[in-house]
Amino acid sequence: MIEFQGVYKDYAGVRALQPIDLSIGRGEVFGVIGHSGAGKSTLLRTINLIERPSGGRLLLEGRDVTGVDGEALRALRRRIGMIFQHFNLLSSKTVAQNVAFPLRLAGRARADVERRVRELLSRVGLEAHADKYPAQLSGGQKQRVGIARALANGPDVLLCDEATSALDPETTASVLELLGGLNRELGLTIVLITHEMDVIRRVCDRVAVLDAGRLVESGSVADVFLHPVHPTTRRFVLEAERIDERERREDLAHARGRIVRLTFRGEATYAPLLGRVARESGVDYSILGGRIDRIRDTPYGQLTLALVGGDVERALGAFAEAGVRVEEVA
Amino acid sequence: MDEGWFANVDWAEIGQASLDTLVMLLGSLLASIALGLPLGVLLFLTGRRQLLEQPAVYAVVSFVVNVLRSVPFIILLIVMIPFTVLLVGTSLGVAGAIPPLVIGTAPFFARLVESALREVDRGIIEACQAMGATTRQIVFGALLPEALPGLIAGATVTAIALVSYTAMAGVIGAGGLGDLAVRFGYQRFQTDVMIVTVVLLLVLVQLLQMLGDRLVARVSRR
Repeated sequence: MIEFQGVYKDYAGVRALQPIDLSIGRGEVFGVIGHSGAGKSTLLRTINLIERPSGGRLLLEGRDVTGVDGEALRALRRRIGMIFQHFNLLSSKTVAQNVAFPLRLAGRARADVERRVRELLSRVGLEAHADKYPAQLSGGQKQRVGIARALANGPDVLLCDEATSALDPETTASVLELLGGLNRELGLTIVLITHEMDVIRRVCDRVAVLDAGRLVESGSVADVFLHPVHPTTRRFVLEAERIDERERREDLAHARGRIVRLTFRGEATYAPLLGRVARESGVDYSILGGRIDRIRDTPYGQLTLALVGGDVERALGAFAEAGVRVEEVA
Repeated sequence: MDEGWFANVDWAEIGQASLDTLVMLLGSLLASIALGLPLGVLLFLTGRRQLLEQPAVYAVVSFVVNVLRSVPFIILLIVMIPFTVLLVGTSLGVAGAIPPLVIGTAPFFARLVESALREVDRGIIEACQAMGATTRQIVFGALLPEALPGLIAGATVTAIALVSYTAMAGVIGAGGLGDLAVRFGYQRFQTDVMIVTVVLLLVLVQLLQMLGDRLVARVSRR
């Protein structure tokens, strides 16, 4: 659907984005995470060519669009919706007029526009607010208007530029839920950028990590989230779990025995495995830390255990056999 | 000469002069907006990092605007006389006053338009681009409506500047309250005429400001 082939971007001689090779599939929710200034905003904006790549090729549905301009560019942009951190609604227009705006730009007939606006507003739950002005709405409602506006021309792709960063946690959750629903029900491909791992965890299928303009890690959210490799990725994961790395190291230093981290995914999360393995192997365990949560719709659990006495190797074998990933923690 | 506080005041003449002032004001305001608005939009669009960035065009237009703004209005009035005669057939009266008034204020209004447009959040322009809008659609559909309160405030400031310019135009025989103040109040020492004209101009300025503020409040949705 969207393919970056060595796409890079220079600003005034400085390389903001190192050559990126990345492919985003149809119907996928793809997240890009990075600190501010990492280049994620630039990366997102190359997709609708608001930022033109300095080199490399950008393919949309297999077509090279890197050099497209004029009416062809505008037609392409109408197939790609975009929402923003600060919503960027027209303050002089009502909610309904804001949603109607892209339809009018595309030259749709008046009756057609009215019908479509009603449809879109009910989709995002704002029918009752059609005649209000953006200044009269809450942040979450404004973003819903943004989403309705972005969907107006029935795009294939939705670009989300830090769409939840200006919202409180509760509103963030409801906006993410809305985006997840649009992805499932309309098969909409979503590319979102964020600096919050939690956002990635909740809605994305795959994730790419950007650090100083470089793509340092990418893969399925479960793989990247549960087994981060690059230091930047690690920091994001620890941040999301609200773990202080130094404190954790101190905690582990007090524990006796072999320290391992077990990662359960899917059904294994709910299996009564720990007690059985302990009984069979004669290993005693103490729990040093852990959490059970979800990545998008898949449950997972991660436990850090100290194993003491008995047949530790047998216990580890039994875990692996049950589909649990075992890592030694230094 | 009659006795009394306003012995020298010919109210019929004051009425005519007030009317002349209003006509000059309205005519030159409309013409200034008609000329200054597109000029301001051009300045904005061709400016640095804007939609139609054109450093050369911007530099030229900006230079001309600055030159016109830096000529003292009283001098512009005189310099413009041949051009005014060419344009409207006379340099006198209300008709003769309008061309210099417009040339004096249109560049001023253009700058106010430019800064009002710069106040519009860049994110809005970006959102329009992302929707596949043409530059024309962005200007008419988003920029101008979003900047409307600022544009009206700018027009109000321009109208008030015009009031004082119309008074000055009285010096070259434009008619209106300024002309009255110069000919009677100043040259014939008729202080009462001077006071009446000044009070009328003051009331006019207050009314314009009030009207402008109300309009801004009405169109403002922030």
